[in-house]
Amino acid sequence: MSTWFTKKTFSKTSLAALAGASVLALAACGGSPAPAGSSAAGSEQGITVYNAQHESLTQAWVDEFTKETGIKVTLRQGSDLELSNQIIAEGDKSPADVFLTENSPAMTQVENAGLFADTSKKIQEQVPAEYRPSTNKWTGIAARSTVFAYDKTKLKEDQLPKSLMDLQNPDWKGRWAASPSGADFQAIVSAMLELEGEDATSAWLKGMKENSKAYEGNSTAMKAVNAGEVEGAVIYHYYWFGDQAKTGENSKNVALHYFKNQDPGAFVSISGGGVLASSKHQDNAQKFLEFVTGKAGQTVLQTGGSFEYPVGSDVAANDQLVPLKDLDAPKVDPATLNSAKVTDLMTQAGLL
Amino acid sequence: MSPQQDLSSRTGTTAVGPPGARPLKHRAKGRGRRPGLWPVVLICCLIAAFSLVPLVYVVAATVNAGWDTIVELVFRPRVGELLLNTLALVLITVPLCVVIGIGGAWLVERTRLAGHKAWSVLLAAPLAIPAFVNSYAWVSAIPSLGGIFGGVLISVLSYFPLVYIPVAAVLSRLDPALEQSAASLGLGPWRVFFRVVLPQLRLSAAGGALLVSLHLLAEYGAFAMITFDTFTTAIYDQFRSTFNGAAANMLASVLVLFCLLLLLAESRTRGSARYARVGAGVQSSPQRLRLGSWQLPAQLGLAAVTALALGVPFWHVGRWLIAGGAAVWERADLLQALLQTLGYGLAGAAVTTVLAFPLAYLVIRHPGPVSKVLEAVNYISSSMPGIVVALALVTITVHNLPAIYQTSIVLVAAYALLFMPRALVNLRAGLAQVPPTLDEAAQALGKPPLVAFLKVTLRLSAPAAAGGAALVFLGIVNELTATLLLAPNGTRTLATQFWSMSSEIDYMGAAPYALLMIVLSAPMTYLLFVQSKKAAGQ
Repeated sequence: MSTWFTKKTFSKTSLAALAGASVLALAACGGSPAPAGSSAAGSEQGITVYNAQHESLTQAWVDEFTKETGIKVTLRQGSDLELSNQIIAEGDKSPADVFLTENSPAMTQVENAGLFADTSKKIQEQVPAEYRPSTNKWTGIAARSTVFAYDKTKLKEDQLPKSLMDLQNPDWKGRWAASPSGADFQAIVSAMLELEGEDATSAWLKGMKENSKAYEGNSTAMKAVNAGEVEGAVIYHYYWFGDQAKTGENSKNVALHYFKNQDPGAFVSISGGGVLASSKHQDNAQKFLEFVTGKAGQTVLQTGGSFEYPVGSDVAANDQLVPLKDLDAPKVDPATLNSAKVTDLMTQAGLL
Repeated sequence: MSPQQDLSSRTGTTAVGPPGARPLKHRAKGRGRRPGLWPVVLICCLIAAFSLVPLVYVVAATVNAGWDTIVELVFRPRVGELLLNTLALVLITVPLCVVIGIGGAWLVERTRLAGHKAWSVLLAAPLAIPAFVNSYAWVSAIPSLGGIFGGVLISVLSYFPLVYIPVAAVLSRLDPALEQSAASLGLGPWRVFFRVVLPQLRLSAAGGALLVSLHLLAEYGAFAMITFDTFTTAIYDQFRSTFNGAAANMLASVLVLFCLLLLLAESRTRGSARYARVGAGVQSSPQRLRLGSWQLPAQLGLAAVTALALGVPFWHVGRWLIAGGAAVWERADLLQALLQTLGYGLAGAAVTTVLAFPLAYLVIRHPGPVSKVLEAVNYISSSMPGIVVALALVTITVHNLPAIYQTSIVLVAAYALLFMPRALVNLRAGLAQVPPTLDEAAQALGKPPLVAFLKVTLRLSAPAAAGGAALVFLGIVNELTATLLLAPNGTRTLATQFWSMSSEIDYMGAAPYALLMIVLSAPMTYLLFVQSKKAAGQ
């Protein structure tokens, strides 16, 4: 009798627990403090930003912007090409109002699909022509430089590669790293494709497959250099500065080598921002990009912890950085960078 | 009735006989088909059809790509590398998990191990630590960890409880009469273990091993963090580059084939023996074997396993928390992430368990080709990484069901697809322990079939359902890629925030999320642990 009783009680409590669980769950999904459940309806003037930039940087922009204008911003986090392709799949039904990337190839892809509205006059005035496409379908919002981050305890300056192209040579076998699955690295390859042509790029990628070690993310690749797993890594400059500003734990043995000389390895990649033509909040979306490219937004880049280069409103870079003008970057029109071709070539080389 | 069957039915333990010896209550065909069966079959078909969605998507993408593209994308060296990595991972990890799981369970349940109660909880506890938190801790300890060694290390430490918990549950309730008989017939302790005990653990160990294998195929975060490439990490890389590229779908097809092989292997292991305990015979408690001079090595072995599986993650999460100080707790999204994770976990667990029930019922009560196929369909979906399932759902909802695109409905549906087998494996084991005779007796006494089912079978399988729900909850707390793709805008779960911080190597910032994931998982792991023992005792 007693066991029957416990079983009965048990089944009742477990059923009650399940029922309670569902109610609680729905409450948590639907009614949490953030505008989580409100994707379709949305608040009247709030905007949704598909964000491939580092979350911490965009969050800093959003906080300032909302404080200044009262406009709420909901972020959807993803990587450059994941989000660009998602926007293309969503087409004119996309819930996105604004799209921010780390690099420009994903912007070009959305532009080519005809999904961007023109940027406002104010944005065009704030950003110099070299940091935005001539079509004005999107704008540069920040920039980042390619570097070779190397282990300064192992490599002397005269042992460094003169050009990014050198890294395909057999004497670099097993000595360098990159994060081939990331949009950052794929943007560098797209610049190489534009500058050196398909055959040279394809050959370089095959050399890379032979020589390099793949890591998940630029930070991890730099950490591997610091830990002595490889002698150098092809990454962007600001990962090093960011780590130095925190504990320096992952970069204390690492120094940066800038290729300069308009080498493919001196490529400066433009982060982009654009307003979707399908956005029902055009004004607020444009306002957000105006803020990001304006004085206040660009100052976040100068003073914040991102260490990316400002590109608009005459805001200077953080004074710890090598000035943008001194990088001697190759001239590449961001509108010509082709991500689909790069992915194909990398797949063929066995990197993806 | 042969003596062996008589013994087993009296003692309520497994009939370990030839397949032909399936006894007792299997009704003669044609006579008295159950009236309540067809609705169940129909519901199961609907659920199976739903869970086929991602598979159909992958196959359709493969067919659309055309033969030339398939050849180009599948038969290339990179796929060979991934195949080798994934194969080696499964072939090394699964046997290690089985050995540690069964060995640990046997020591804890059947020997005079000092402190066996504490050990029995400690061996289940690693399940509360998500594999990618484990990875994070180990990378903090050994920055160069990676490759097949790293992959196996992380997997074994994260997943052996999936074997340990069900096996320990069965061992704790196994009636020792059979072993005593074997011993009285002259078998030594080792032979008794291998010839009498081990065969009775087949169902639970094989179920656990299958879960481990499916985890290995679908895991992303843990392997990405230590840079060990498997099919799943490669698919994710492809998706990140092209979203729904042909290459990603080709890799997913190969992964699905992999899963089919695993399912085939598991169903071979499972066999067709009966596991229901029939009759009310009083069961004596198991006898514990003296360890003697083996006491010390046993203690050291268990200490080593727990130090690696629990000590390392707690030490490093603690280290990062201390280094980060109070500042890391001040992030506004911590509470939001906690609540949303809790909400999705509970909703997903409830929905998945309810959906799994008819299938488990069909599989246990009406075994046959139809139920086998319906069950297998669910395993196939769950073997596909979250990213593949998510992409199929994104594509379908954005084009055909825009009203539910990016709502929590789709995300919960994805969780149900991904974690159905967790509920299923538990429910299946639970239902197998509920003798159908009780239900039949209730009907014979005049209860309508549905009432008899609700009053008897459902009630008796509730502990197993709770265990399954707990496992699903654990899965959802750790889920990363499907959540990233499907969640409503602005959603932040502990897993996505942890991943975002740790991939920027902000290990201090990631630590609070890691701790909260463990805190949320711990009670579920405990529930699972307790319920699995209760279920085994039914």
